Amino acid sequence: MKHLQLSILALPAFLLIFIFSYIPMSGIFIAFKNINFVDGIFHSPWAGFDNFKFFFTSDDAWLVVRNTLLYNVVFIVVGTIIAVLFAVLLNEVLSVRLLKFYQTVFFFPYFFSWVIVAFMAYSFIGPYGIVTTFLEKQIHTSFDFYTTTWVWPILLTLINIWKGVGYVSIIFYAGIMGISQEYFEAAAIDGATKFQMIRKITIPLLMPLISIMTLLSVGKIFYSDFGLFYFVPREVGQLYPVTQVIDTYVYRALKVSGDIGMSAAVGLFQSVMGFIVVLASNYIAGKVDEENKIF
Amino acid sequence: MKFRKSLPKMLIHMLFILFSLACILPLISIISISFSNESDILDHGYRLFPVKFDFTAYVYVLYRPLQILNAFKVSLFVSVFGTIVSVLVMAGISYSLSRSDYKFKNQLSFYVFFTMLFNGGLVPSYILISNYLHLKNTVWVLILPYLAMPWFILLLRSFMQKIPHSIIESCMMDGASEFRIFAQIILPLAKPGLATVALFSLLQYWNDWWLSLLYIDNEKLVPLQYMLYRMMNNIEFLTHSSNALPSGVTAARLPSESARMAMAILAAGPMLAVFPFFQKHFVRGLTVGAVKG
Repeated sequence: MKHLQLSILALPAFLLIFIFSYIPMSGIFIAFKNINFVDGIFHSPWAGFDNFKFFFTSDDAWLVVRNTLLYNVVFIVVGTIIAVLFAVLLNEVLSVRLLKFYQTVFFFPYFFSWVIVAFMAYSFIGPYGIVTTFLEKQIHTSFDFYTTTWVWPILLTLINIWKGVGYVSIIFYAGIMGISQEYFEAAAIDGATKFQMIRKITIPLLMPLISIMTLLSVGKIFYSDFGLFYFVPREVGQLYPVTQVIDTYVYRALKVSGDIGMSAAVGLFQSVMGFIVVLASNYIAGKVDEENKIF
Repeated sequence: MKFRKSLPKMLIHMLFILFSLACILPLISIISISFSNESDILDHGYRLFPVKFDFTAYVYVLYRPLQILNAFKVSLFVSVFGTIVSVLVMAGISYSLSRSDYKFKNQLSFYVFFTMLFNGGLVPSYILISNYLHLKNTVWVLILPYLAMPWFILLLRSFMQKIPHSIIESCMMDGASEFRIFAQIILPLAKPGLATVALFSLLQYWNDWWLSLLYIDNEKLVPLQYMLYRMMNNIEFLTHSSNALPSGVTAARLPSESARMAMAILAAGPMLAVFPFFQKHFVRGLTVGAVKG
């Protein structure tokens, strides 16, 4: 009776997850078909690995995989370092009011959708943008950000960190708050400097949390924030070499060029690689320290 | 001595104040642009403070606000209705998962968790939703896919696991059904957790452009974020026939630069307004989420 009632409580979520997550999983066969609208997905002819071949022999394959992985590695490394630094420094802020102020303000960017972030970026680097105008008036150089490829890796990294650092640093800050005060008191009695305490107490004790957070990001290394790469560069085709990632590629293959088979193949490649990476990184983390494992 | 001690402190505050500025200035800049005169923008570029205040953009955007009002209604309905239903749906499964004496606890946990590890990809979902469920161009497609989010479910489960089992047991002794325990004991006790998840959910629904980008072509169902995206390159679709323009605005000189930003403010505003009230819950949610589940 008890189990039946608990199952009924879980049923709506169970069904929703079944429909929107598990049924699509069974649709991965689409990647091996040559889809046409007359025959529908079930009766279209099989294509074997043609869809995959088509993608992996194109120039795009290397480009989008490289972009996705490189951006993620940079985001993880730089983002984690800055977030930990912020958390450590926030811990040094003694005034409660200032601390609250900083935390609130650092959280601001998290609340904007990527569309709005794209508008904000445009207000600085668009044709009438504040930075563009400044460059023109003060340094007499006209600079078109939206056609210059080399600035985008820097811009996208900065924007991504700007948006997420408040969020992640507060998680790390909470981790630091959880460290017993006694360690610091003992260290202070022994005459340790602030810097020594951070290096020998705070960072080592924060390490499990840092590795969990890193592991979570590494598990998503084949996925990107669609909005960042799609809206912020305003879909300028010239910038694709540095802004096209797997997610935007799959979306464009499906919605713009209508290449369902290839889009499905790339999507499946992404899912399978993502799955392997999650399992592998969890396994490796477990080898280093059983505590670091997520599952 | 005193100087040596206070210098690093000053550096810390300088760093934080600079970053605070970086967080606030983009917002100020779009506010300022939305209040700028179009010809000032064309002459001087965007400014952090308007050369002179001008409300033309808002007059233009709100003059015949039918479409905006409609987009606002869609966003509001999706956010409020979606949040309420999703919190209830997720609370149900989270409660079952939080019960260590529930027979299917482990299987069900795996069932939820596995979707975070593997997914079928965009194309199968897209075909399912548009060709088989026929949800394309309905308001439901903006709500249903986000109702049961695995991450939120696990978050809520961690909250509910903290409720002492003895409370539940004593209710069962008194003969209360699981439904009654859930509705009268668990939901009230888990309120802080529910508030946190509700806020995450609200933010997700309000800020979502993904589902509308994929599934909405019908003008009547365009939510604010998607409308804003479509205005990125093209403000004209907001333009009604030129004889319906407010006085002082001519079709040849639409305040397009400032109107775009005025729209951005209208889309971002409501979330910024509720944000300070919920920050406490938000931070709590983040810290619980960081603990392994």
